[in-house]
Amino acid sequence: MSNTNLQDLTTQVRRDILRMVHKVNSGHPGGSLGCTEFLVALYTTIMDRKEGFDMDGHNEDLFFLSNGHISPVFYSVLAHSGYFPVEELNTFRLLNSRLQGHPTTHEGLPGVRIASGSLGQGLSVALGAAQAKKLNNDSHLIYSLHGDGELQEGQNWEAIMYASAKNVDNIIATIDLNGKQIDGTTDDVLAMGSIKGKFEAFDWTVIEIENGNDLDAILDGMARAKSATGKGKPVCVLLKTMMGNGVDFMMHTHAWHGKAPNDEQLENALNQNPETLGDY
Amino acid sequence: MKTYTYTEKKDTRSGFGAGLTELGRTNPNVVALCADLIGSLKMNQFIEENPERFFQIGIAEANMMSIAAGLTIGGKIPFTGTFANFSTGRVYDQIRQSIAYSDKNVKICASHAGLTLGEDGATHQILEDIGLMKMLPGMVVINTCDYNQTKAATIAIADYEGPVYLRFGRPAVPVFTPEDQVFEIGKAIQLQEGSDVTIVATGHLVWETLEAAKVLYEQGISADVINIHTIKPLDDKAIIASVKKTGCIVTAEEHNHLGGLGESVARTLALHHPTPQEFVATDDTFGESGTPAQLMEKYGLNSDSIVAKALKVIKRK
Repeated sequence: MSNTNLQDLTTQVRRDILRMVHKVNSGHPGGSLGCTEFLVALYTTIMDRKEGFDMDGHNEDLFFLSNGHISPVFYSVLAHSGYFPVEELNTFRLLNSRLQGHPTTHEGLPGVRIASGSLGQGLSVALGAAQAKKLNNDSHLIYSLHGDGELQEGQNWEAIMYASAKNVDNIIATIDLNGKQIDGTTDDVLAMGSIKGKFEAFDWTVIEIENGNDLDAILDGMARAKSATGKGKPVCVLLKTMMGNGVDFMMHTHAWHGKAPNDEQLENALNQNPETLGDY
Repeated sequence: MKTYTYTEKKDTRSGFGAGLTELGRTNPNVVALCADLIGSLKMNQFIEENPERFFQIGIAEANMMSIAAGLTIGGKIPFTGTFANFSTGRVYDQIRQSIAYSDKNVKICASHAGLTLGEDGATHQILEDIGLMKMLPGMVVINTCDYNQTKAATIAIADYEGPVYLRFGRPAVPVFTPEDQVFEIGKAIQLQEGSDVTIVATGHLVWETLEAAKVLYEQGISADVINIHTIKPLDDKAIIASVKKTGCIVTAEEHNHLGGLGESVARTLALHHPTPQEFVATDDTFGESGTPAQLMEKYGLNSDSIVAKALKVIKRK
């Protein structure tokens, strides 16, 4: 896909996110907007995906979303990638919908392979899937995404220790470094010091993407990450993003982590992101 | 009255180990995970024969449960092994979200359940695990009674698609079920035919129930004895058919009466055939250090207790 097309898709996904959370007056726009470029790049360009969906995902790259609350961006990108009709985004968080508040396999939504939302479990799940790939002699990769605040959950560190000890080198785990969580900045809530230093101390290969909201920077960084796989070490990408990116009043604050815009705010936000591919 | 005898005592966990070894030879999708308790779970033979299909996780049970969930994505059938306490309470949310809610084909195999773990004391003796697991939608809950049944159950659950909790124990107990008895998930096993009182038992309490039935028989009381190895899904039909004959029931388990087999049986009876019931179970308490026999006596989980509860419930008819 050309860069212009990627930009257009990114803008459209942003609109989807805003309209989804506005409609049900709930959901998490901040982190979703911050990870829009990353997920668009991942699903359109970086991952080697098969047509259609089956749970086992043999002979294709797989993605696991650990910070399940950014479901709006996940659902929008899945829909635009052909896993289910884009119109179904209209059912987000409604009764009887496959698009639950947090992603789940329980309602059979194509594209989702694990429930997430209770934080800190996704890296372990991704490692299991990575080890299954190795057992199956499948050389495809496992990608995962985690919040930086999510690293406060202890299970991550069990998984981080395990991955390097067992040489799980077919995984690229990306940390969304937006420096914010519900109660404030990560430094205010529970300062984690150098996340890079911690991953390196656990013997991971660390790739940094300084502008995690720039498509070219993401594509370049993920290419570097990909070439670091298969060398005996797990690979971590530190993706520095802006929570609420693309909507001026949602940036530089943690206020929009889990809050929906009102009618007026939605109009303002959508005006900043003019329709490209067409609204659902 | 049928006579049950045994020639040897063996631990149920060894039945698990033997079943896992057989699965290693017959089912290439079976993989095993352990959190630093290989010897206790009797997984050595499987590991020796299938080193590439074994995952030593270290002392990190939360990681183990979620890794197991991930391994199913790719067609593996993971069997996790650790003590019952660390298989359930410690990792409840991992099981809930990544295994049960995610519909993953993980077999949670839990040794050292209940009081008979013995001297290690209450930190390790979980008496709440059946309740924790049966409350999870879609989870099958099995508590086996001897070596042969544990081996058969281990093999059977590999062919069942979905999450399973398999509970077994530490001490050597009589081996009395037939070696060739096929294990059917959810199908109760009738051990004695009787007309005065129904006794349904699970796990280590099944043998104790057979002993109790002998004592009752000598007193002129015939007990209908049923082995409920599967607590969920419960064999409602077998239980209802039995109480229609006897008019009263005792449930026996190595577990808290809150959340256990007895509670499930009580619901079934309340819905379909209200019947006086007595519970052989721990009474909302933690365990403590001691030998298995001492603990089972102190907490009222042996054949003497079953006899006493049977006599009591018959008077309530």
